[in-house]
Amino acid sequence: MRYATRLMPLWACMLLSMTAPAAEVEVLKAGVFNPAREAPEFSVHGSDGAPLVLSHYRGKVVVLAFGYTSCPNVCPVTLAVLAQAHRKLGAQGSQVQVIYITVDPERDSAERLRQYLAAFDSTFVGGTGTALQMAEVRRSYGVTAEKVGTGKDYAVAHSSFVYLITREGKLRALMPFGHKADDYVHDISLLLN
Amino acid sequence: MVGTLHKRPWMLIAAVTVAVAALGTVVWAAFTPVTFASREETFEIPKGTWARRMAGNKVEILPSAVYLTVGIRDVLLLKNLDDVPQIFGPTLMMPGQSFRLPFETASSYQFACTAHASGQMTVVVDAQPDNPWQRLVWRARRAFRAVA
Repeated sequence: MRYATRLMPLWACMLLSMTAPAAEVEVLKAGVFNPAREAPEFSVHGSDGAPLVLSHYRGKVVVLAFGYTSCPNVCPVTLAVLAQAHRKLGAQGSQVQVIYITVDPERDSAERLRQYLAAFDSTFVGGTGTALQMAEVRRSYGVTAEKVGTGKDYAVAHSSFVYLITREGKLRALMPFGHKADDYVHDISLLLN
Repeated sequence: MVGTLHKRPWMLIAAVTVAVAALGTVVWAAFTPVTFASREETFEIPKGTWARRMAGNKVEILPSAVYLTVGIRDVLLLKNLDDVPQIFGPTLMMPGQSFRLPFETASSYQFACTAHASGQMTVVVDAQPDNPWQRLVWRARRAFRAVA
C-alpha cells in the first residue's frame, strides 16, 4: 500500500501526459476523430477547370463539404456560413481551402459549380466527375446521397456535415449541420495554429 | 375513510409515511443540482459486431435514442472496437477509432447508423435544467425514459 502511495505522483504524471493531446482536441466545437486518420485522397474535375486533387492542398486546412447546386435548403445555408467564416478569418483565410464535392454529378458540371460557388465565395472550389468517381469519393468519406423523386427536378437527400482536414492531410473533425460561422472560425483557427 | 384510519392507526402512519416520502422525493428532485461524473455518454461498438450481423444475428448495441443534456452531459463519445469500419451517425469510423461529438444546442438530431439494426439513431439534447421546476421535469422525464 505504501509502495502504491509513493508511486501515485508517477501515475498522475503518466495520466496527464496521456490525456494532454485529447484535451487539445476536446476544445473543438466539431466532432473529433481520435486518432485522426489520413483523409482519403481523391482526384476529380475542379470547378476551375483543373484537376481537383486533395493532396495538392497540403499545408492548408481543408473544409470539405458535400452537396449539389440544386439543393433547396441545406447547401445554401452551409455555403453561406462557410463564406462568412472565411471572411471572418481575415488574413488566415488564405490558409484555408473550402472544397465542395457534388453529390449530383449528373447535373453539376464544373462550370455550373463554378458559377454557383462564386455567388458565395470566389475562392471556393467545386469538384465533379463521373457518377462512379463521385460514388467512390462519397464511400471513402462515409457520405450518403440518395436521389429523391423523378424527372428533371429530382432532389438528392445527402449528408449535411462538413469535414475539417488538417494541414497535414488528417481527417480531424466533422462539423454537423447547424453550426454558426463563429464555430468554424474557432475550430479552423485552432487547426491552423 | 377517516373512520377506517382511526380504527386502524397503522394505515394512517403508512399514509403519512408515503406522503412524506413522496414530498421528500419531489423536494430532492427539485432542489438538488443535476450532476454527472462525466459529460461524456460513451458507446462502444464491440469487436465482432459486424461478423455477428453478417451471420444473421440481430445485434443492438446502440439505443435507438440517446438523451443528452446541455452543459451537464452533452458529449457523445463513440468507440469502434470492431475489426471493420462502421458508419455511426454522420461519420465513418475506422477500427480502433473514436469519435467525440459535443452538443451545445438543445434539439433532436437524426443520424443514420450502420451499427444500429434499424439504421437510424436519434440524439435528443435537452436544455440544462436551471431552476427547481426544470430539474423536477428533467428528472421525471429521465425516469419515464428509463422505464419506457
